[in-house]
Amino acid sequence: MSAIRTVVRGAQRRRVSTIVIIAATTMAVTATVLAGLLLAASSAPFANAFAQQHGAHLTALFDAATTTKEQAAATASQAGQAIGPFPVASVSSRPGPGTPPLPPLTVAGRADPGSDPIDKVTLLAGRWARTTGEIVLARTDLMIPTGTTLHLPDGSTLTVVGQARSISQTAQGWVTPEQAAALGQTGWQMLYRYADAGTEAAMSAHKTALGTGVQTQSWLDVRNDAAHRTQLYVPLLSAFGLIGLALAALVIGNVTAGTVASATRRIGVMKALGLTPSQVVRACLAQALIPGLIGTVLGIAAGDVLAIPLMSDVADLFGTVPMSVTPWVDAAAIAVAVLVIAATAAPAAWRAARLRTVDALAVGRTPHDGRGRVAARLAARTRLPRPLSLGLAQPFTKPARLLAMLLTVAFGTAAATFAIGLSTSLRHVQAADQKPATSADVVVAPALDATDPSAVIAATPGTAAYYGRGPADIAVDGLRDAARGTVTTGDAHWAGYEMLDGRWYTRPGEAVVSTGFLTATGKHVGDVVTGAGHGPLTLVGEVFDGSANNHLYTDVASVPGQRTFLEWYVKLQPGTDRGAYLATLQNQNLHAEATRAEGPDGTLVLLDSITALLTVLLVSVAGLGVLNAVVLDSRDRVHDIGVHKSLGMTPKQTAAMVVASVAVPGLIGGIAGVPAGYLLHHWAVPAMAHGAGIRLPQTTIDVYATGLLAALALAGVVIAAGGALLPAGWAARTRTAVALRTE
Amino acid sequence: MIDVVDVSRRYGDAQAALDHLSLHVSEGECLALLGPSGSGKSTLLNLIAGLDRPTEGTVTVGGTRVDRLSEAAAARYRRATIGLVFQFFNLLDDLTVTDNVLLPAQIAGRPAAKSRRRAGELLETLGIDRHAHAYPGRLSGGERQRVAVARALMNRPPLLLADEPTGALDTASGTEVRKLLVDLHADGQTIVLVTHDETLAAAVATRTVRLVDGQVAA
Repeated sequence: MSAIRTVVRGAQRRRVSTIVIIAATTMAVTATVLAGLLLAASSAPFANAFAQQHGAHLTALFDAATTTKEQAAATASQAGQAIGPFPVASVSSRPGPGTPPLPPLTVAGRADPGSDPIDKVTLLAGRWARTTGEIVLARTDLMIPTGTTLHLPDGSTLTVVGQARSISQTAQGWVTPEQAAALGQTGWQMLYRYADAGTEAAMSAHKTALGTGVQTQSWLDVRNDAAHRTQLYVPLLSAFGLIGLALAALVIGNVTAGTVASATRRIGVMKALGLTPSQVVRACLAQALIPGLIGTVLGIAAGDVLAIPLMSDVADLFGTVPMSVTPWVDAAAIAVAVLVIAATAAPAAWRAARLRTVDALAVGRTPHDGRGRVAARLAARTRLPRPLSLGLAQPFTKPARLLAMLLTVAFGTAAATFAIGLSTSLRHVQAADQKPATSADVVVAPALDATDPSAVIAATPGTAAYYGRGPADIAVDGLRDAARGTVTTGDAHWAGYEMLDGRWYTRPGEAVVSTGFLTATGKHVGDVVTGAGHGPLTLVGEVFDGSANNHLYTDVASVPGQRTFLEWYVKLQPGTDRGAYLATLQNQNLHAEATRAEGPDGTLVLLDSITALLTVLLVSVAGLGVLNAVVLDSRDRVHDIGVHKSLGMTPKQTAAMVVASVAVPGLIGGIAGVPAGYLLHHWAVPAMAHGAGIRLPQTTIDVYATGLLAALALAGVVIAAGGALLPAGWAARTRTAVALRTE
Repeated sequence: MIDVVDVSRRYGDAQAALDHLSLHVSEGECLALLGPSGSGKSTLLNLIAGLDRPTEGTVTVGGTRVDRLSEAAAARYRRATIGLVFQFFNLLDDLTVTDNVLLPAQIAGRPAAKSRRRAGELLETLGIDRHAHAYPGRLSGGERQRVAVARALMNRPPLLLADEPTGALDTASGTEVRKLLVDLHADGQTIVLVTHDETLAAAVATRTVRLVDGQVAA
């Protein structure tokens, strides 16, 4: 056996620490793979998915009543590449058992949508439709599960056999061509790709060339919609990706440095027996690389497995197709891991090679250079039980390891702080969005004969306040389309609209608007807007609107030309029996019901799932980083542990000492990690909102209560203590006589 | 005070480190265990200290069945009953001399002020009070061993176990430690001493037992 192999084998014989090294590296490389995939998926998600599906630059729908199949097919010559014509039909579904009512869906009859040369639709679940009576639905927020039966108005049914996504959004469902014909074909669909499709002008020319009366959809419009959606989430996923990469590099580096350092005495023995400095370097590198590479291979495999659900969630979030396992991300993760291992192992190996043999032999038996003595003296003066004070001072003897552990905990805490803040913010955003619907106790639907129920509401005992609210289209000079309007009557100031700037309107002629309205019109709070059907409206406030639309809110009297049906929102006096109140109104032929909050929407659930997965992963990586550091430390100090035990330290005291040894880095790391996560949150959440074209109320950003921040700072101690528990148990169980014999 | 009855200690399939050994040590006695390397001296000391357990037989110290103690109970037994002195001192390098000496009392949760007084007295008695705030690495071998003895006596243990206390010392330092042990014994301290050093055994011990291959030599 070569001398180098002897050094390496010796280290591998320490099974527990080798397992920990491999586990820590595995976790870190898993995080690297997922972080790399997140960054890759967040970079131009639409462009990547469009290229992957060979998306359609132009989707055209020819009216079947006026265009023959041959005429539609003849248009193929105008494009570089085209497919079709495919029969298109509209599907309406009645609500049935287990089936919600569906808006009319445009479905295309394609024999094999997953393999066509253009718009290769990605099947996300189930299978393609093979025969009549089957349909594959585009995955949308409606989330109709596979296996659902759709009841058509003519009494026939369609079974949902799969879910798919077309990045070009060419249809909302796919059936066989025969089924499309049977559904009552309304048109022919052609899909085109052009050599020049990058500009609005070019796409406009291509549309014009198809003639009049053709419904078209440009990929540029689809891309703009997708960009709006992806910009919302890119800051979030990028932040997680960057934290993951930094944490992984830190843990791998720390593990490697510790591995090499722990072999110093063995190397000393081998040097005494004739190992040359270059052999020492090779031995050290091999010693770090072998468990490191095993961990890397396992981490790549684990990362690729975990990537499947994660990328599926991310694709749903972006509205794109799941990114498949990407060899270049795996290769980059391996490169990062090997680079970090080599970069950390090389200096340590070089130091070991230059270490005088006598010093290498003496490691662990001679006094070190006095590091940590101040901490030991200070700790001894505390009134804490001695095992705790001994543990508290212990990490200061190895400042580099202390710093690495501190940073590891800080990253873990930052990730947890960010994730909790993000989740809370999103809930607050949803609550703020729903507040106008939930601030009232009772809602009265508009009467079909347009009678005004306000007098009845006012006269009903228990009414505290009420107002009417309804939709309106309000023309505004400078806007191509009418603004989406909400008009109110009565005192609506308690409705719960979150003001971003200014105040709620108090009289006709005043209005508040959404951020999207101000952006679209270039107006500011204080400006006046004009338009047909109403007099000048002074913008007195900016209101939060989660939909990013051009939204204007004003008193119904401001727009006298508008005819609208108002819903009436009622707040009850405290102690009023809502059931009895509703019965009173219903007895007077009013359609009144209790208001209720909607459950969390699908996107929120998706984001929660992604953030939970990433947070658990990052906190686990941090915990394993601590575990590795404590294992190394315990092994370095096993002789001291033996001494303590010989002086009467019980197993419990020994475990407490080891756990206490991570308290300081845990606390400092936690305290440092909380502001980092806080700042990241305060950057990412507004950036996400900005990407979505909305501005958030400060209440949705200031989500960290002092108590929560303090608890999160203590989370650092929890992460560190969690990582230290296993080695503490090992230290407690170590036989004293064995520990004392350990060199 | 110590009753070792028919004790064996085996490590795997190797030859027994102790082989059906029996021994009695009375209170106030100073027993020297002599013998070549591998004869089982240190193993026997570890069994008496509760650092290890016999494979067979019983070890009773001051009425306590040491061989039956759990790890926690063994730790409490050592605090109350045993003072340990090692060949290589086993002082903690990042603690001052005083903090090293205080350690057993602190681990046992003894009152701080009383412990400090006791540590000061011990350092003075053993002639190392001028090094109270120094770190062990700066002391000579003899001084370090004195610190180790002070630490061993901190909790006033009825039994002092010393494993080759002069084995790592030069002649002058060895002599210092020998005198110290003689004085301790003269004050009534029960001592079990493991040594290769016949001169030390002759100077300190009231009785010597020679071990060979884990058994008491005839």
